[in-house]
Amino acid sequence: MSAIDHEHGAQLTWSGELAARLRMKWLVLSTAIEERLVYRGDFAFSTLVRFLPIVTQLFMWNSIYSGDTSQQMRGYTYPDMVSYYLLGMLARAFSSMPGLSTGIAQSIANGSVRKYLIQPVDMLDHLFWHRVAHKLVYYVIAAAPFAFVFWMCREYLPGWPGATLMMAWTASLVMSFLIGFLIEALIGLIAFWFLEVSSLIFIYMMLSYILSGHMIPLEWISPWVPWVQWLPFKYLAYFPVAIILGKIPPEQVWTELSVQAGWIVVLFIANRVVFRLGVRRYSAYGG
Amino acid sequence: MPAIVVENLNRTYRVFRKREGLWSSLRGLFKREYNTVHAVRDVNFTIEAGEMVAFLGPNGAGKTTTLKLLSGLIVPSSGTATVLGHVPWKREDVYRRRFSLVTGQKEQLWWDLPAQESFRLHKEIYRIPSAEYERRLTELTDLLEVGRLMSQPVRELSLGERMRMELIAALLHRPDVLFLDEPTIGLDVVSQRRVQEFLKRYQKEQHITVILTSHYMKDVEALCERAIVINKGTVIHDGPLAAIIDRFSRHKIVELQFADGEIPAGLDQFGRVVETKGARVRLQIEKQYVSDSLGSLLARHSVDDISVLERPLEDVIAELFATTSGHDHTGDGHVGN
Repeated sequence: MSAIDHEHGAQLTWSGELAARLRMKWLVLSTAIEERLVYRGDFAFSTLVRFLPIVTQLFMWNSIYSGDTSQQMRGYTYPDMVSYYLLGMLARAFSSMPGLSTGIAQSIANGSVRKYLIQPVDMLDHLFWHRVAHKLVYYVIAAAPFAFVFWMCREYLPGWPGATLMMAWTASLVMSFLIGFLIEALIGLIAFWFLEVSSLIFIYMMLSYILSGHMIPLEWISPWVPWVQWLPFKYLAYFPVAIILGKIPPEQVWTELSVQAGWIVVLFIANRVVFRLGVRRYSAYGG
Repeated sequence: MPAIVVENLNRTYRVFRKREGLWSSLRGLFKREYNTVHAVRDVNFTIEAGEMVAFLGPNGAGKTTTLKLLSGLIVPSSGTATVLGHVPWKREDVYRRRFSLVTGQKEQLWWDLPAQESFRLHKEIYRIPSAEYERRLTELTDLLEVGRLMSQPVRELSLGERMRMELIAALLHRPDVLFLDEPTIGLDVVSQRRVQEFLKRYQKEQHITVILTSHYMKDVEALCERAIVINKGTVIHDGPLAAIIDRFSRHKIVELQFADGEIPAGLDQFGRVVETKGARVRLQIEKQYVSDSLGSLLARHSVDDISVLERPLEDVIAELFATTSGHDHTGDGHVGN
């Protein structure tokens, strides 16, 4: 008698289906956290090392402003600049995705992407929960150094914003994580067409460093590049900072947040479409 | 009801042809030339549920391409295939929950974590009920004798131990169809035999349908009764493994033990001397001359012992592939523009 008639993954009710999916996401998340913790020492060290450039940055801005705390440059005083830099760093802690594009590109090039085609799993969903795990572990390790740096620079920082702004800021940070994930995943998926994407990733890194407002405030760039405000990159760093620093009129904050959410929808659909096309190409040409 | 039906399956690849030299490289920037490689051509076969079939062929014969087609990794250029009633390249979850592909690349497990973590994830991916999961896991770890290794990070396991863990990962959801692509590659003899014995026993108990490709004829002989021999993308034999020797070997081995303690001269007129040891000699003689040669040998020499043997499968296969394949390249010999 053959085992051919066995029922596999029998049709579940919608609530059963949802529960099964959530359980899987949770397990990917918890397994990825465990994996991260294997390298906790390594991870903690690299996290701390990333705080070192702060000192040089602060010195740089200090000399640019010649230590004058009242002088303004295109709307930013030296304390504004310090706040901008520190809050920008915090935003990048949400939106940066080290190794995501490269990881996807490598798995396509070396064939390990096959796993996601053979097993009943969704690659992007899998990678997403993986990334959430990485971020959670990162926040636990980076919380203390972040708190220390903010405390050291407390006299430059603006006061606590009101509850509404805090909510808007939190929402923008969470969404910046989603936008960062979706953009980098999309770039990684290009490897379905071009096997060598490392230079493309490098160019993206350079552009996003500037266009996200990570390097300098976007107000300083927009006179030359007015369309920078229409791109999704500003949500990776500039936008959350601008909310706290009051650079965005309060009545516009909610409109901007909706636009940010709109970008998430657009990028999500783009990811799905590109993934489908990529897999189609993969199974037509390589495999 | 057959588990796997493959009809007129074709798969061609377009590969970039680069001629030698700098000048042609520059020309290639503007005008690319492509070759069409037929990795699989007009392949037909049917495999019944519960059968264990060997896929034999030299490197680049189309074995892996066929397995990729059946696992839904690639789409065919033409032809059809169904596995358990599903078209593999539609990649439906219902199908993906019912088969497994195990390759020598061993890529299902999380490298830095103990294998049990990967298994727990598989439990959710394949939606295995908890009690069932515990039962299967115990059964598989016992059969493969890896219980004590469950909590050790995968990267610390030996190649053979890792392969056994991969097999557990592949079998936890109790697939109805299992594709094994070189499962014992790189393993030492002990591990190889252990994997063989496990597969044999497991297949017998679960009646799953298995396609196995391997370069080790020992694997194949131990596990499969039926073999599909594929070369240059085409099926050249489909039938009992033993029939391969009948069909493709033109020789038999005649083993003689001479009575006077030494091997007489002039034996090479009967056939090729394959091996000598003391007064014992092995001659490879063309089938149709075996009885004549034996008559002459017995008339001329006094012989203590005679046996006529089939050639080892490994030799027959090696010879078959050496004569049918020119060189080592995917689908070689079928190149056209």
